[in-house]
Amino acid sequence: MTGKIHLNYVIPGDDFTRAGEASGEVKKKLKQMGVSPEAVRKVAISMYEGEINMVIHANGGTIDVDISTTDITIVLKDNGPGIKDVALAMQAGYSTAPDKVRALGFGAGMGLPNMKKYSDNLIIDTKLGYGTTVTIVVKIG
Amino acid sequence: MSEFYTSVRLDESLCKGCINCIKRCPTEAIRVRNGKARITKEFCIDCGECIRICKHHAKYSTYDTLRSREKYEYTVALPAPSLYGQVNNIEDVNLVLHALIRMGFDAVFEVGCAAEYVSRLTREYLEAHREKWPLISTACPSITRLIRVRFPNLIEHLLPIKAPVDLAAQIARKEAIKKTGLAPDRIGIFFLSPCPAKVTAAKNPLGYEGGDVDAVLAMKDIYPELIKNMKEAAKTPNLEDLTTAGKIGIGWGGSGGEAGGLLTDSYLAADGIENVIRVLEDMEDQKFKDLSFIELNACNGGCVGGVLTVENPYVAKVKLSSLRKYLPVARNHSISYEVNPYWTQNVEYEPVFTLGSNLLESMDRMAKVEELMKKFPGLDCGCCGAPTCLALAEDIVRGIAEEKDCIHILRAYVDQLSNQMESDKERGEEHDSW
Repeated sequence: MTGKIHLNYVIPGDDFTRAGEASGEVKKKLKQMGVSPEAVRKVAISMYEGEINMVIHANGGTIDVDISTTDITIVLKDNGPGIKDVALAMQAGYSTAPDKVRALGFGAGMGLPNMKKYSDNLIIDTKLGYGTTVTIVVKIG
Repeated sequence: MSEFYTSVRLDESLCKGCINCIKRCPTEAIRVRNGKARITKEFCIDCGECIRICKHHAKYSTYDTLRSREKYEYTVALPAPSLYGQVNNIEDVNLVLHALIRMGFDAVFEVGCAAEYVSRLTREYLEAHREKWPLISTACPSITRLIRVRFPNLIEHLLPIKAPVDLAAQIARKEAIKKTGLAPDRIGIFFLSPCPAKVTAAKNPLGYEGGDVDAVLAMKDIYPELIKNMKEAAKTPNLEDLTTAGKIGIGWGGSGGEAGGLLTDSYLAADGIENVIRVLEDMEDQKFKDLSFIELNACNGGCVGGVLTVENPYVAKVKLSSLRKYLPVARNHSISYEVNPYWTQNVEYEPVFTLGSNLLESMDRMAKVEELMKKFPGLDCGCCGAPTCLALAEDIVRGIAEEKDCIHILRAYVDQLSNQMESDKERGEEHDSW
């Protein structure tokens, strides 16, 4: 027994009908592994927010999920425009989502704040014009 | 009573071992083994979808018969509001109630009457417990069962008030004792049900112990008798008015009726088990803001869509609407019955879908599932007896199936064997010619 699981997802850009598929699948797997409901809740919410962000802002990207017996690490990597002001983006209600996205009910400016709230560690590595890598860590137990 | 009970059964003599039910089951509870469709009762939520889809009528629901009334000295019929949507050309529910008396019941108590009481209690509970918003309706037993096994994070949102049928049973028994002076067990409370989930809930309720419903009859089973007796009842002049339910109570028979009785518009009502699951998944991801109540019904159209009903659910809904038209909004909202309407036990999460007995074992098995999925063709053909390739992989790591159950893997294996034999033969022939 290795006690390690690695999952990888490619997120297509600009397709809202598929946004949430990856986090939905991870949620199902975590439940099947008997991970605590609280950790499942955190992953479900923070990963979904990250997935949606990739679709809205970065034309998709990749998600790597590593599960060990102590924590779940989710790395969301995109080649989008990058985040200009991370501190501002972390503020509840701040959003740069275009109108067409807001019309779908997204872009409330709660993406990053919710990812922070529903994770045990959140690291944002971003470079303007090159892309963003968001790492979410949720502890198990 | 075991913790997991299901009313859905299989008539093995009729089962052809086809894949219709395994594909339809929303919790993937059915596998075809040795040519017969077996239900894993821990996974089953009694939604009745397999009964609906089975062309061979091999899946059925257990329920009681009218003859079981013989055990009791005094019997009370509890008609669900959805029953009124099953019959044609009635302007008045009273005819249905009198038909039930003509069929030999000593009394009737409308479930719609208790439903109005539940509506009032729910309104009060919503006001007092904003921290639990959105509350999820617990009137459909399939939904409560589904949440118990699949949505641990939503258990705290379950409305801890007994379903109208259970309150109706409690009240009806009290009234019957008062009227007859009989011992409680001499009185039989008979629910006329639209679905198998209610049969299960009567035998094995969640949220409290020992329900008051003694027997559950299927609407489709009593239907011919009911129609006959309604015709007779219609000939009787000046029938006593037995009706007690108003607009809200009768509305509970269709999707949106329960939520409608809350007199708020901050609700969501979904029906049909697949739609319900989507709503629950979204709710778990906290996609709903500002909702106070979520009404969920496993059947399309709500209770009128139950698998033990006879009428098209949408036609039944129209009939309920026209019946409600001239009724008062509610007739039982201000009555206080001397029964405890609240749950007395917590519903606990039952992680029946976990792959192993602990985290490490489950992770190990999950890794094996991922490996197996690379081998399977991904056709989800169902020929192995599991609904999808993924379900087969999960069965294999649980030790209840094997790789060669996949006919595609089996065929590749047979091909390989035959090639091997061919080449062995050729080599053998070459030897012979030496």
